[in-house]
Amino acid sequence: MAIFIDHNTRVLIQGITGKEGQFHTRQCVQYGTNIVAGVTPGKGGQKMDEIPVFNSVAAACRETGATASMILVPPPFAAEAILEAVDAGVELAVCITEGIPVLDMLRVKNGMAGKKTRLIGPNCPGIITPGTCKIGIMPGPIHMPGGPVGVVSRSGTLTYEVVHQLTAVGLGQTTCLGIGGDPINGTNFIDCLSAFQNDAETRAVVMVGEIGGNAEEEAAAWIAKNMDKPVVGFIAGLTAPPGRRMGHAGAIVSNGQGTAAGKLAAMRENGIHVCEKLGELGKLCKTVFI
Amino acid sequence: MKIHEYQAKELFKEAGIVVPAGTLCSNKGEIAAIVSQMSPPLAVKAQVLAGGRGKGGGVVLAGSKEEASRAAESILGMQLVTRQTGAEGVLVQKLLFEEGVKVRRELYLSILVDRERADIVIIASSAGGMDIETVAEESPEQIITVHVNPLLDLQGYQVRELIFGLSLEKAVAKSFADLLNKLYSLFMQYDCSMVEINPLAVTDADEVIALDAKVDIDSNSLYRHPDIGEMHDTSEEDPLEVAAAEHGLNYIRLDGTIGSMVNGAGLAMATMDLIKQAGIEPANFLDVGGGANAEMVENGFRIIMSDPNVRGIFINIFGGILRCDVLAEGVVAAARKLDLSLPVVVRMEGTNVDEGKKILAESGLDLISAGDLSHAASLLTEMI
Repeated sequence: MAIFIDHNTRVLIQGITGKEGQFHTRQCVQYGTNIVAGVTPGKGGQKMDEIPVFNSVAAACRETGATASMILVPPPFAAEAILEAVDAGVELAVCITEGIPVLDMLRVKNGMAGKKTRLIGPNCPGIITPGTCKIGIMPGPIHMPGGPVGVVSRSGTLTYEVVHQLTAVGLGQTTCLGIGGDPINGTNFIDCLSAFQNDAETRAVVMVGEIGGNAEEEAAAWIAKNMDKPVVGFIAGLTAPPGRRMGHAGAIVSNGQGTAAGKLAAMRENGIHVCEKLGELGKLCKTVFI
Repeated sequence: MKIHEYQAKELFKEAGIVVPAGTLCSNKGEIAAIVSQMSPPLAVKAQVLAGGRGKGGGVVLAGSKEEASRAAESILGMQLVTRQTGAEGVLVQKLLFEEGVKVRRELYLSILVDRERADIVIIASSAGGMDIETVAEESPEQIITVHVNPLLDLQGYQVRELIFGLSLEKAVAKSFADLLNKLYSLFMQYDCSMVEINPLAVTDADEVIALDAKVDIDSNSLYRHPDIGEMHDTSEEDPLEVAAAEHGLNYIRLDGTIGSMVNGAGLAMATMDLIKQAGIEPANFLDVGGGANAEMVENGFRIIMSDPNVRGIFINIFGGILRCDVLAEGVVAAARKLDLSLPVVVRMEGTNVDEGKKILAESGLDLISAGDLSHAASLLTEMI
């Protein structure tokens, strides 16, 4: 068991012939992901390594039975790529691309409402069910298969740090995913927490947030009402100056809203085990989860 | 990306939104000639990107030409201090002269992206000219919000909701509806993240006029608005931040003493927090990105070392796409090239970490290698 992806997931790569596309496709194949197709308009009929390339997502799905897509296309074309995946009816679209204009994402988000596709990202490292399936750009070897911990995060490398510490203390992971650092994203914290709560194999969750918006506060309140599995929370950006965008488009404290202190307080109030020092996260999880 | 009021008003004019008659002035020699062509009362407005310029003395309403000239002489070239600038203030390099309008009523109007609801929100208030956050706190009943589905665009009933909410008379309602539709189109056309008109004046002639104009453009959209990109004024930004941006580095300068270089924004923030928790102050936020190469590492070093407050450097890299051996080679090359004299703590983890550590150890340079983050934190404390 795991959330959103497992050994049945058949993956296609949008942007497979680009530099990033080729590199990460090979990394995923090496990890054991079942990559069945690639899409690059105009390059249909070619092959990338042994993977057939199609002109459209619809054609790739029809021919190969792909159920999920990893999107590795540049920002000007990424919103459209997501919509194409949605239209083709894939179950899961994982958009890695950073730098998609906000208005494009607003249209995508509203345009895919009610459709069956789940979007993860954009501006995210992707999703991995250790030992089974990796749809993303995270380093595979730091993960430890078999659970019991689920990891959900707004960040990329910070997630790797967290996973690395979990693995180091002997806590394996069921599924780890980054929901992305942009203000408008597909899957949110609550979607992931809800899936982890319903996943029998996941027995505990680590949630990694950062400054900006109020997704962490909402998630904390949801956890108090709906989860009986223990949750450890970490928030990055205690020292971030107000009004400045800290790298991620969504990471900004505005008018006193979205501060790390406020998010940590919300977590504490709702019974989440707050980790204050990143260096001690693994140890804390071991204490709380075992 | 913020643009100046005069630039925002150019966009407004192009879109058919009425603004006061105005002239831009960028040197004192032009003041007399400009003022002689205008009819008082005149508004003299410092063109700076920082907010709070009115309270800081950057806006003067002058009843006569003489008064306007005097105000302009003192504002142009001054270091304007506002709540957003810090104690040094910012240099006023441009002024906007505007002719006064006969104002019957002042309104507030803004459009922005609502990230939680994933839509566009229009905010209006009868309490024009006031700080909207204050109004929201003290008299929330004076604020009307309308949410627009970005796929459906602004609908007539939504415009009417604002008109009735603001109790606008029929004659004014027509001009308001016209302005709002144009403003919404402008917002969408230029990928704005915010437009704000405060105050929006209702004149004796039942016209609505944008007395002020604030426009924020989504930086990610600039590839499709090259003309807007050219409006970018970096003169109020920290020169190190400007230099970093030119190298594709995500750098924000802070006032501490420990510089840091990290890959990934979330980890970079967490690293600043870790420095602070070690009892010292972070000197910067620096995200070299997931795909950083040796050249970017060198540029990152150069930026950090240009900050005279920096007493030590902490490099925290989680190798994924960026392999640790590549990072280590970059660090060693940069340290040699730049004749690094500051203590450096390097913490690496992830892809090819052992090769990376070996390169650092064999470099002969005084680079302190940290095991894990807790170890790094204690090394940082010792460093100072």
